[in-house]
Amino acid sequence: MILTNGRLRHKRVLPGFSISLGVSLLFVSLILLLPTTGLIMQTSAMSWSEYWGVIADPRVVASYRVTLLSALAASIFNGLFGLLLAWVLVRYEFPGKRLLDALVDLPFALPTAVAGITLATLYAENGQIGSLLAHLGIKAAYSPLGIVVAMVFTSIPFVVRTVQPVLEELSHDEEEAGMTLGASDRAVFWRIILPSLWPALLVGTALSFTRSLGEFGAVIFIAGNMPYISEITSLMIFVKLQEFDFAGASAIASVVLLTSLLLLLLINLWQARYLRRIRGR
Amino acid sequence: MSIRLSNISKKFGPFQALSPLDLDIEEGEMIGLLGPSGSGKTTLLRIIAGLEGADSGQLYFGDRDVTQVHVRERHVGFVFQNYALFRHMTVAENVAFGLQVMPRKQRPTAAEIHKRVSQLLDTVQLGHLEQRYPEQLSGGQKQRIALARALATQPEVLLLDEPFGALDAKVRKELRRWLRSLHDELKFTSVFVTHDQDEALELSDRVVVMSNGHIEQVNTPAALYAQPNSRFVFDFLGNVNVFAAEWQQSHWRNGAAFLVPPAQPQLQQNGAVYVRSHELALSDKPNSQANLPFEIVSITPIGAEVRVELAARGWRSEQLWEAKFTHHQLQAMGLKRGNLVFVTPQTGYFFAEQGDGTATRLNWPFLPPGSIVFDI
Repeated sequence: MILTNGRLRHKRVLPGFSISLGVSLLFVSLILLLPTTGLIMQTSAMSWSEYWGVIADPRVVASYRVTLLSALAASIFNGLFGLLLAWVLVRYEFPGKRLLDALVDLPFALPTAVAGITLATLYAENGQIGSLLAHLGIKAAYSPLGIVVAMVFTSIPFVVRTVQPVLEELSHDEEEAGMTLGASDRAVFWRIILPSLWPALLVGTALSFTRSLGEFGAVIFIAGNMPYISEITSLMIFVKLQEFDFAGASAIASVVLLTSLLLLLLINLWQARYLRRIRGR
Repeated sequence: MSIRLSNISKKFGPFQALSPLDLDIEEGEMIGLLGPSGSGKTTLLRIIAGLEGADSGQLYFGDRDVTQVHVRERHVGFVFQNYALFRHMTVAENVAFGLQVMPRKQRPTAAEIHKRVSQLLDTVQLGHLEQRYPEQLSGGQKQRIALARALATQPEVLLLDEPFGALDAKVRKELRRWLRSLHDELKFTSVFVTHDQDEALELSDRVVVMSNGHIEQVNTPAALYAQPNSRFVFDFLGNVNVFAAEWQQSHWRNGAAFLVPPAQPQLQQNGAVYVRSHELALSDKPNSQANLPFEIVSITPIGAEVRVELAARGWRSEQLWEAKFTHHQLQAMGLKRGNLVFVTPQTGYFFAEQGDGTATRLNWPFLPPGSIVFDI
């Protein structure tokens, strides 16, 4: 700090707070805010009753249900399985660990359409996995279950990659302290490890959920797209677009957008409160 | 509860962390495990706790063989170096943890737990912080909470891993005294790890000095200081000056410098003389028994003492020598930087090159029969 004219001025080591913030804001506006605004603009051409008519259309409402339930199932599965995967990757040493670690990112790297086609082939009744499931009387592809499978595939990295660093940071001391105090393995996990992982796990699961809500490419190839049964909301938007009904498409998109934003906001608020307590700020 | 280790050893991969060792700790004793990092002291502590399994040997708590007993069945209190408090729990919840996870049959009622937690927090004088979270506490407070948590289940053995390592000097001293009085009051058996010799000497009933996975010496602080049994213990227990001696013409010689030992045959060989920094005298001329010329490199006041650093002149010493005096003594001597001075050891310990590794304690000036001490 330098004292000039009786006023305290902070001397920064790195210059350019205003420039870096300005550039950041510019790109946030161009990339995030502008399209969002455009979306709202499109819908503003509609009256409230028209808007409601589009978003409350029974077929669209059925697609909300399918999308929400599938995304919920997929994200819960990912929450559990992602935690397990992160746990294995952090806590154990085994041959091929590096490879497994790299594989986790595959869903991000793979074009979602490719994933969709591959999954559809695998889980179809004549596919390798699908035929096995068919023996058990389970129809995977071209059903809501297929949607869940595709959503799980595309959004698993969110959970693993948010939980993994937190798990790595978690010191063994707290677990050992628990054990010296006589806690069983279960008590150690539920009362010591899990509370430390909660924020990351919940954020990862929420990200996985919102990603699943918007997933399109991977899902449509495996979903079968039967109206009222396995149509997802993204497909509804796509259909509207193909009919050149931009306003209608935007209206449905705005519902998805608002749901995702609201959820993320809530999770972030909760996480901030929880972390403030843990970090003592 | 007494603790007995017999033939305990531990390897981490190819690294021998502990060579087979034995140690008896009596009931109610406070033992300090002292050694540099990598000496195996923490490994030993963790083996006693059951956090680490020994590769060989037996461990007894009293008469009970606990070698194969799991850490959670050993009922030891363990205080971690970085406290390891549960960050998502309040101070009270932290302290209550050990009581809450007890099997249902032994578990006290909620009211009893609450009462016990309040008592413990009062014992550690932090009752007013009950509802805080660990991150809102200072280092010293965290340490005391960690201690209260470890004591909640009334263990008979308390193990502490570098308990005051991360605290500043003043808090450290305060907590040391407090821990000692708590120990004397509650009469548990304590073992603590430290690399700070002052801490070990001040706090322990007996000190276990370790290096490279071996126990070098076990004794009371006073005995350890008076009779270090190896060069390592000597080095580790305080600043020490070394005179590498070659036996020539009835003198221990090193370049132009020499010392004359008492006329005992076992001393008449090569070796090293260890001299503590406050067990030597400075003068402006050598005498017939000691000629150790030095130049004064620095004079630094440290609290009540003044440290004088000395560089050997006309002979070789790997390190600067150090002498400590009171301000008063130093003033009387009238020394300045750059002065040439001669050291006469008052007490020295001789480690013979050919010997069993133990030291012979020597005092100067002595009077060899039939000779007169005179200044040269």
